[in-house]
Amino acid sequence: MFNDFSRRSLLKAGAAGFAAGMMPRIARAQSGKVIRAVMHAPLRATDPVINTAWTGRNHGLNIYDTLFSTDSKFQVRPQMVDAYEVSADKLTYTFKLRSGLKFHDGAPVTSADVIPSLQRWAKRDTMGARMMTFVAELKPVDERTFQLVLKSPYGQVLQTLAKPSSIMPFIMPARLAAQPPEQPVMEFVGSGPFRFVASEFRPGSRAIYERNPDYVSRDEPSDGLAGGKIVKIDRYEWISMPDFQTAANALINKEIDFLEAAPHDMLPSLIAANDVTVADYNPLGFMSVVRMNWLTEPFNKQEIRQAVMYASDQADWLDAQVGNPDYYQASAAMFGVTTPLASEVGWNTKPDIARAKDLLKKGGYKGEKVVMLQATDSPLLSGSSTVTAQKLRAIGMNVEVQTMDWGSLLARRVKQDSTANGGWSMTHWVTTTTELMNPLASTVLDTRGKSGGFFGWPEDTEIESLRNTFALESDAAAQKTVAEAIQKRAYEVMTHIPGGQFKQPLSHSKALKGIVTAPAPLFWNVEKTA
Amino acid sequence: MAITGVLLKRSVSVIPVLGVVALIAFMLLRFASGDPVAQLAGDNADAAAIAAIRARLGLDQPLAMQFLNWLWRMLHGDLGTSIVSGQPVTALIAQRVGPTVAVSITTIVFSVLVGVPIGVLAAWRRGGWLDRFAMWTSVTGFAVPTFAIGYFWIYLLSMQFRLFPVQGYVPLSDGLGLFLWHLTLPTLTLSLVYIALIARVARTSMLEVLSEDFVRTARAKGLPERIVVFKHALRNAAVPIVSIVGIGIALLIGGVVVTESVFNLPGLGRLTVDSVLARDYPVIQGVIIVFGGAYVAINLLVDLSYTFFDPRISQQ
Repeated sequence: MFNDFSRRSLLKAGAAGFAAGMMPRIARAQSGKVIRAVMHAPLRATDPVINTAWTGRNHGLNIYDTLFSTDSKFQVRPQMVDAYEVSADKLTYTFKLRSGLKFHDGAPVTSADVIPSLQRWAKRDTMGARMMTFVAELKPVDERTFQLVLKSPYGQVLQTLAKPSSIMPFIMPARLAAQPPEQPVMEFVGSGPFRFVASEFRPGSRAIYERNPDYVSRDEPSDGLAGGKIVKIDRYEWISMPDFQTAANALINKEIDFLEAAPHDMLPSLIAANDVTVADYNPLGFMSVVRMNWLTEPFNKQEIRQAVMYASDQADWLDAQVGNPDYYQASAAMFGVTTPLASEVGWNTKPDIARAKDLLKKGGYKGEKVVMLQATDSPLLSGSSTVTAQKLRAIGMNVEVQTMDWGSLLARRVKQDSTANGGWSMTHWVTTTTELMNPLASTVLDTRGKSGGFFGWPEDTEIESLRNTFALESDAAAQKTVAEAIQKRAYEVMTHIPGGQFKQPLSHSKALKGIVTAPAPLFWNVEKTA
Repeated sequence: MAITGVLLKRSVSVIPVLGVVALIAFMLLRFASGDPVAQLAGDNADAAAIAAIRARLGLDQPLAMQFLNWLWRMLHGDLGTSIVSGQPVTALIAQRVGPTVAVSITTIVFSVLVGVPIGVLAAWRRGGWLDRFAMWTSVTGFAVPTFAIGYFWIYLLSMQFRLFPVQGYVPLSDGLGLFLWHLTLPTLTLSLVYIALIARVARTSMLEVLSEDFVRTARAKGLPERIVVFKHALRNAAVPIVSIVGIGIALLIGGVVVTESVFNLPGLGRLTVDSVLARDYPVIQGVIIVFGGAYVAINLLVDLSYTFFDPRISQQ
């Protein structure tokens, strides 16, 4: 009988006995209605209107609410709004807030809070700013009713108010929303389903949220960012862990319940773990972008920008970034693969080296140096930059890869100088598909050039004109037609090269049930069963 | 009186040292690449918004003015406000100092308790198996990277035997047992290199002392070997050992960042790295000043301790 016991199993049994008496902390993490979650990055800056990172958006989704939200089918649905009307001339939108909405300090949510919140947000957000150019007036009618009056019809009012990613139009108390948009709000009062526990906030280390007992949920099932927001836990702890291996071990060891962004190469070990579920709750996922600088040689020439596209192979980028084809999809779609505006027009995502070399010749390429900015502290960006450099060298381009951390890259990419004076030629980055799925929200399609445009500074009046047409259009089919024209033109002039779409599954304890499928990690509707 | 005089003299000499540290910290950050405003403003900010943020943070002022403002506030005990989180730097440092000091203390205590006896015994039995084993172990301690040791302990003691938590820090106020339980693996990880360092220095110092005349005299007088080694020889070999322990503490406070990451200890090392990545100037400057002050204070204590182990030093 003792033959059944190995020395290792006896040691383990002894260890288990010792551990049983020693691990109250772990037991505490598992018991009660507390979710301990390791997110992709820690929370540091707390004002979601200033902090454009996803951490700011996720923090905002916990403690604030929005007038409208998008559901899982990208349909706009009222959230704080109970009912709304659009006048026959499509110039006046009248909104009525739901009754019983309260801020965390107990004050009711009124029209007087909504208006300054929207005004402050619109000074920072591209879509909001564009909408405001059409707005003649935002005025309260009564405590719960307000009007948005337009100068001329604008087809994107509801889509703008339901913007699903950074910067989202969160509603704050008027006294906080009155602050200038450059001044961070340091009092954490919203009307959302969670309350922020400011006394336990440790920037960069942990942020704590507790259930808001006064939250009035919509009487509907949760659906994307829309619908009911019933909180079924007492507390949710957003913990920072700089080392993802540690976080994965902690999840397997039941010290945490939720891991937002385990690197793809760690997923097999998490899938193999007994008490861990790995699943995708964000079907839209993420998209990579390759951006060339229109202001510097050689990418100030359209043919040479096109040559880069024909030298490229999306699958190679995605292999370098993600590695597992189960989690990525090559696609030419600039607005996302599964979104209402998805289209494959413009590129087949495969290389055509002969054409690339021909375009280099036509563009008069004479060996000008391509300065590529590579962020080495991001595995997603670092790998794809290396691939691009090799592809360009293969067609005869002179590439200098300049490595730096992401912070340095952000400072460097705003420079409009020549490469000899600290400027740059091309770089890569990753964004959520939700931020690219609308031509008005997509910063890479901002073609206003060096004054007012997005870094890389493409300038094209045709795309700007098409974006304006899109903004005025409210019919879905017509919007799609315009979006397709924008994409076709964007490939022609090469505003950017889409690097393909990939998924980032969530890893969580099997004890968690009811996680909502949405473009951001959400903790309402989630139950902890053990 | 003599010690008070030394303390006073050394404390005054600290002021220019910290001044130089402050100036270097300030200038290094300004000349390094990166811009905190570009990170803070985000992708959607236009030039006017960036300028407004820069003005709000005082980063539009001349460098000399920025430095003098910071120095003036620092002299009044105000290390400034984090650019990123908007929290006072002193509060951020206070939140993070606990884990770093805790793991530094447990590491150094454990390293001294293990390293000194190993070094003494290795010197006492020079050339024997104990000496060879101790030196082999110390070479290994130096050679293996800290993160690899950390993952080894996690795999063995957390994932396989489930004896200790993978990560996390619990303050002492939550109970001594929990506090030590969470610090065990970080301490074991960090200690290896310090045990190696202390053991090697202790061995060398002891070898030198054991060959001196007074040791031969003590043995000739018939004193037990235990008394000769641990009372007479060790006390005379203590000065280099204390020096290396002091340096070890100073290095630990500023150098535990890898261990803090592997074991998720929210300490000063991580605060520093995070702040550097975000170009959060006030926090980096504040942490460097605190580290500089800690270095100076520890060196002062080490110097003072020499007078205890070797009275001739105080006479000099």
